[in-house]
Amino acid sequence: MRRGRFTGYWLMLPAALWLGVFFVIPFYSLLATSLYDPQGSVLTGYDVTYHVANFWDALREHWDELWRSLWYAGVATVICAVIGYVLAYAIAFKAGRWRNFLLVLVIAPFFTSFLVRTLSWKLILADDGFIVDALQTVHLMGDDDRLLATPIAVIAGLVYNFLPFMVLPLYASLEKIDVRLIEAASDLYASPSRGFLKVTLPLSMPGVVAGTLLTFIPAAGDYINAQLLGSTNQRMVGNVIQDLFTDTGDYAAAGALSVTLMAIIVALVVIYIRKAGTEELL
Amino acid sequence: MTGLQRVGRWIGEHLVLAAGLLVLVYMFVPIAVVMLMSFNDNSASRNVYAFKGFTFDNWANVCQPDGMCEAVLRSVGIGLAATLVATILGTLAAFALVRHDFRGRSAMNTIIFLPMASPEIVMGSSLLALFVSAGFGGKLGLVTIFIAHVMFCLSFVIVTVKARLAGLDGNLEEAAMDLYASEATTFWRITFPLVFPGIAAAALLSFSLSFDDFIITNLNAGQTVTFPMYVWGVSQRGVPMQVNVIGTIMFLISLTIVIGNMLAARRKQPA
Repeated sequence: MRRGRFTGYWLMLPAALWLGVFFVIPFYSLLATSLYDPQGSVLTGYDVTYHVANFWDALREHWDELWRSLWYAGVATVICAVIGYVLAYAIAFKAGRWRNFLLVLVIAPFFTSFLVRTLSWKLILADDGFIVDALQTVHLMGDDDRLLATPIAVIAGLVYNFLPFMVLPLYASLEKIDVRLIEAASDLYASPSRGFLKVTLPLSMPGVVAGTLLTFIPAAGDYINAQLLGSTNQRMVGNVIQDLFTDTGDYAAAGALSVTLMAIIVALVVIYIRKAGTEELL
Repeated sequence: MTGLQRVGRWIGEHLVLAAGLLVLVYMFVPIAVVMLMSFNDNSASRNVYAFKGFTFDNWANVCQPDGMCEAVLRSVGIGLAATLVATILGTLAAFALVRHDFRGRSAMNTIIFLPMASPEIVMGSSLLALFVSAGFGGKLGLVTIFIAHVMFCLSFVIVTVKARLAGLDGNLEEAAMDLYASEATTFWRITFPLVFPGIAAAALLSFSLSFDDFIITNLNAGQTVTFPMYVWGVSQRGVPMQVNVIGTIMFLISLTIVIGNMLAARRKQPA
């Protein structure tokens, strides 16, 4: 097609400027914030004093929350991967003409308010809710045991909220698999489980990798589930960053924690993609 | 295959489907609870976590809780504004990335991917750091929310429209040109209508992302209250049952749109 030499630049420019000014540059501001002199405040202003000790102080103080975030997000991601795989597999291979309808059902809850849904989990897991009642009746839980305000509640909430991010990429890569390959495996006397492990699972790895990242990253930064479903013992690093920014006004520590979280995630993602060996992600 | 193996296979196949459906049920339990609670008559009780009786009152008096409907309208307004701008900028960018070659294109592709791969708390706090260091710390409000929402919607719009554009059959455009359509006519009569479903999907996604965002908004909103922030606020006290009405309405509207889209797509390409 004919077109001007610079059309591409002009079309790209507005979006590039917006992302540049409000996404890329803010990371520099965040980095600067993390190196502020901790004596400053929103009112008196800050000086960038390259106070690297901010990192050390923030980490020493909030190591528990940081570690817990990664741990919860990791467990939630693994559970999401397992049950998300089952759902994606069922839709891709077993649902027949109901495929599209079931896909809609996967996305539909995602369009309902995140906070309202999470609050409704609070209700479901409540001390006098039907799940706790049922578990107590069959003596899987003691009379004084509870689900709310435990790690189980927070992880259940994380799994629930980020499950669609796992199912959709998994479905996309399962759907692309040529069924004849699986049939060939079974013609060559592979048992269904062996066929799955040797053919289906490896071919769906791009979906597994994409789904894992799309689940783990937001889950590690989330604090809504920890706040609504957990107690102070389940605080995650997001809760701390939020509080430091809005309540305490300790911008230096908040910035240092934010930068640390981002750095850890980037490092984990790089290692993970190397190990999983999927290049077609980006 | 022996009969026994066949029975085993049948159970196996249906077990997967059954397990999958069970996962779907798990996804819908909270929605069902939200819907149920929208009819909860708890006017006499302070316990918001129990179903006390059936009533339409919450639906009749949706706007009774102080500030809730204002927050909903504010979220709708922000969502519409952010969607409009993000969709326009994103569509232009998608055309640039798919149809034009320019220096820095692959770098742009990476930068577009990054907002989708960053935790919201980091994006929100870095934007706040920028606003504070630029002297806007005291002026947080509608404008800063709008800026933030356009920022995180842009990537999703670009990716969605790009996918649609990349799947387009270039022959149709060439055919139009061969039939002496000008470049502008070809664009408006052929290209744009074909890309439009992608743009519409991107706009829908963008609106729901904006309407639902809490983490980034909360950091950059100042005193302005959006619907998610309202819900957050009341979750510390007692949640008015009307919140569930709004949740139910949101669910029904989005379900209608998504299913309507699906049916429209099915009619266009008969199986």
